[in-house]
Amino acid sequence: MFNTKSLTKMVWMEAKLFLREPVSAFFTLVFPLLMLFIFGSIFSNKPVPGMGDSQGVIDNLIPALTAMVIGMTGLMPITITLATYRENGILRRLRTTPVSPLVVMAAQLVVVFTMTTLGVLLLAAAGKLFYHVRFVGNIFSILGGFTLSSLSFFGIGFILAGVMPSARSAQIVAMVLLYPMLILSGAAWPRELMPNAVSKLSSFLPLTYVVNLLRGLWGGESWGHHLLDVGVLAGVLVLGVIISMKTFRWE
Amino acid sequence: MTAIVQVQKLHKTYGATVAVEDISFEVQEGEIFGMVGPNGAGKTTTIECLEGLRKPDGGTVRVLGVDPQREGQNLCLRVGMQLQQSNLPDRMRVWEALDLYASFYPKAVDWKELLVELGLEEKRNTPFAKLSGGQKQRLFIALALLPDPQLVFLDELTTGLDPQARRAIWDLVREVRGRGKTVLLTTHFMEEAERLCDRIAILDHGKIVALDTPASLIQGLGAEERVVFNVDRPLPAGFEKDFSSPVRLDVQGEQVVIHSKNGRDVPLVSEVVTLLSEKHIQFRDLRTEQPNLEDVFLSLTGREMRA
Repeated sequence: MFNTKSLTKMVWMEAKLFLREPVSAFFTLVFPLLMLFIFGSIFSNKPVPGMGDSQGVIDNLIPALTAMVIGMTGLMPITITLATYRENGILRRLRTTPVSPLVVMAAQLVVVFTMTTLGVLLLAAAGKLFYHVRFVGNIFSILGGFTLSSLSFFGIGFILAGVMPSARSAQIVAMVLLYPMLILSGAAWPRELMPNAVSKLSSFLPLTYVVNLLRGLWGGESWGHHLLDVGVLAGVLVLGVIISMKTFRWE
Repeated sequence: MTAIVQVQKLHKTYGATVAVEDISFEVQEGEIFGMVGPNGAGKTTTIECLEGLRKPDGGTVRVLGVDPQREGQNLCLRVGMQLQQSNLPDRMRVWEALDLYASFYPKAVDWKELLVELGLEEKRNTPFAKLSGGQKQRLFIALALLPDPQLVFLDELTTGLDPQARRAIWDLVREVRGRGKTVLLTTHFMEEAERLCDRIAILDHGKIVALDTPASLIQGLGAEERVVFNVDRPLPAGFEKDFSSPVRLDVQGEQVVIHSKNGRDVPLVSEVVTLLSEKHIQFRDLRTEQPNLEDVFLSLTGREMRA
């Protein structure tokens, strides 16, 4: 049964559980700020000639760190939470109630998306406050890009949670996917500074398209410049929805 | 009385292993029905087929008149379930679990009352992981009672609990029945089945080897009852000949054991005491030993329950 009362309660409950889990709360809400301050103390935000029109290092860093948050929240909390719920029999208990699996999945989605948004808002606010970041894009445009990127990555998380046999293996695979992506996609280090071969390799990583899209939209480019990015992310999203619906198991 | 659960020739295999072999039984409204047997006897497989969690390979199952496989959604509004292997998130608090699960049912009972009735009021803010085994089971019973079910399934409810917590849970199960609910439980504690259940099905290797009230099962065993006592001086010769019906005497040093068939006209113990006093024989440490369900299981299967 899919009813809004169950969904509301479940969302509120999962939000509290998310915040009570120090690791996921730290990586979503605190870690991006730490990265910002570390980079900020190394570089100033003076415009750099090589980087777009009068963009500074921090201006470019905010969308890159946003991509990092999306990568982390997409792969880690959803995957680990759902895989753990299944392994420990928490889903088994839910299965004996009338609640729909859609409520269980939707609650995860809403909570993690909200937390991701919160993490990114904190990041943008801190960037504005401490480093006077320049934002030349369109606010709705960047929100759209952020939402598409997040949902696409949550899809990957749901797939992993569905196909991995145990919580431990889900966690390991999530990390194995995440770390190379963080380093190679340009989320943590600009791709312009990478050797050509590595840069080619990165085109196989979904997070690369998030970085490209968000940096572009943040810098005021139009969606037309990023059809490839949008196509790839939308494709991953559709695959994610289809596969995760098919692979959902209570136990 | 109406049959609330009907099982006919239920059959379930896992690969080459036959877990449940053509078992049939009925559970009547208002009773506490127990399935008892050693691990691997097929108790949990049976109860999970009734809960709709497993699909039977053969036979028919009706719970409250419906097939759990086809109408599981309808059934989970009317049946409370406590599962052998299930959990809640570690950091979820007691009241939060009740509040959340109550939202799943269109007509849930007031969980705040359940909290008090199940003795969890003091633990309402305790995270699930910090609860003791007995408290966790109380919470699971509370969750099972949320839909105000007609029938409650309790699978291995007291496994892993200390004797004191186990007794407290027995009282709770009796209270659940006292609210007019039918209870179907599984256990591998014979004592629990004997104390708690109105009727018992004893399972072994996927089959029901006996099904009756605990008293009838024990009586039907034709087992012996025993009176044991100690004496300082040897009993006079021919002591056993004065009993109203035959007894067997077994003397080992100071200890005397008198065996008799169950179901005598005069209780064995009173006859022993009368004879001892008539003959002015000094005795001490007198006790009786009744056969129990462990003996029933032993005589039916030739094995100790715990083996």
